[in-house]
Amino acid sequence: MKKIEAIIRPESLTGVKNALDELGYPGMTVTEVKGHGRQGGLEQIWRGRKYKVEFLAKLKLEIVVIDEDLPKILNAIVREARTESIGDGKIFVYDVLDAIRIRTGDYGDNAI
Amino acid sequence: MLKKLGFQRIPLIAFVVLVMLSVGSAYADDIATQSTIGIDTVWVLFASALVFFMQAGFGMLEAGFIRIKNTSNILTKNYLDYCVATIGFFMFGYAFMFGHGNNFIGYSGWFTIGAQSPAPVPLFAFLLFQTAFCGAAASIVAGGIAERTKFSAYVIISFVISVSVYPIVGHWVWGGGWLAKMGFADFAGSTVVHTVGGIAALIGTIILKPRTGKYNRDGSINVIPGHSVPLACLGVFILWFGWFGFNAGSTLSAGDGSLIGRIALNTNLSAAVGGMTAMILTWAMTKKPDLSMIMNGSLAGLVAVTAPCAYIEPWAAIAIGLIGGIIVVFGVSLLDRIRVDDPVGAVPVHALNGIWGTLAIGIFGQKSLGLANDGLFYGGGFRQLGIQALGSITTIVFVLVVMGLVFKLIDMTMGLRVTQAEELKGLDIEQHGMKTYTGFVIE
Repeated sequence: MKKIEAIIRPESLTGVKNALDELGYPGMTVTEVKGHGRQGGLEQIWRGRKYKVEFLAKLKLEIVVIDEDLPKILNAIVREARTESIGDGKIFVYDVLDAIRIRTGDYGDNAI
Repeated sequence: MLKKLGFQRIPLIAFVVLVMLSVGSAYADDIATQSTIGIDTVWVLFASALVFFMQAGFGMLEAGFIRIKNTSNILTKNYLDYCVATIGFFMFGYAFMFGHGNNFIGYSGWFTIGAQSPAPVPLFAFLLFQTAFCGAAASIVAGGIAERTKFSAYVIISFVISVSVYPIVGHWVWGGGWLAKMGFADFAGSTVVHTVGGIAALIGTIILKPRTGKYNRDGSINVIPGHSVPLACLGVFILWFGWFGFNAGSTLSAGDGSLIGRIALNTNLSAAVGGMTAMILTWAMTKKPDLSMIMNGSLAGLVAVTAPCAYIEPWAAIAIGLIGGIIVVFGVSLLDRIRVDDPVGAVPVHALNGIWGTLAIGIFGQKSLGLANDGLFYGGGFRQLGIQALGSITTIVFVLVVMGLVFKLIDMTMGLRVTQAEELKGLDIEQHGMKTYTGFVIE
């Protein structure tokens, strides 16, 4: 099992979500986050004075997948979230020790 | 059809002719006078409603220019300003301003008992118009000292301005006081309303000190952007709308329509040119046309044209708006640099342009349009300009001294500023126990 943590543009969510739905992964956790990578902040102006908004609104997706599905899920996220402009986001992949579905008590791959 | 109509009119025409023949000309004059007073009163009441609506403009502008956590607080202060002005001006303010007295202050007609209207309209219509003006002067202050002033302290500040500072300067200029006798001109209040409000805001914000987080330890400036450009923009348009009543209504008479027409046009021109000037300047300086400054530019034009609007030709209104726009752009940045934290730009808009508008009379004003002397551009020399400068400087000194004392006294006794903890959490929840946008998750 692998955990995918994807930081994406808020505008990319619908595309990514639909793509994962089609691949049989309807569940995900989404968090509103703020930050910046190479994109840096955004320059704004108020009453003639420039200032920098350092952190931009992004979404963080967390999905746990079985090992053999990992490449196709990653491909789908990259395909849907890529605009080729700076600020598209980043994906991190982690090993997962175990998973338990609380309702049934299933664990391991069966809980996903 | 025509024939039929014609026949129907015969009895009416006959009746009118009979009436004209049978009544004396004195009676006809009487009717004419009464209808003139009636029309003038309708005009003044209409203008009063327009000026009253400027409270909504000030409220929306100030709310939009500050942060969410202090929005209900500033709106409560605006609301209070008008209520206090209404009651205070009725009880004492009118007597100080328009009562019989000396060159400095009036002192008859308390609670309007025995008071008289100096205008060709009935007392209560005139009083309502003047009350709306008084409310505007007080509301200007709220913006300059926003986001850190205790509400209880503000109640006293609002009362002092409405019943004493504003009416006393008003008496000098409009109540037959010493400035009026010298030939000082301020048609609709660049000095009486805007310089008074703007200078009170200036001394208030100096004594209060900047908002927490406005300046860094190394002296660099942080921008604290307003929370709603749409609210601020609505506010500016409402103010612009109300200004037609503020300036054109100050004729207190519809006349033959030519004067109120010229005043309304001058007002509009100056506002538009002020906004355009601020747009061009910010576009050149920051590479972007900056709406927050464009709006202040229009307000600058409006404030500046307020004093001279009746005494100038439209070309002069354009020049006045142009200079007003320049003053506001550099004024905002100057205040930032000298560490005077004025969240909404009350000082550059109302104080600096109030002064500019007052001086502009001495430059662009015309004797043929009702001024005591021709201005500089019309060969009148420096006489009128000198009188204007004297009136402006005296008003500034008077407001600085009186309001400085009031702010200092409040600061030493009941406290002028909220605690830092209250300021960080926001005045809405700490001073009023409410949130402006309850239930919404917004930054």
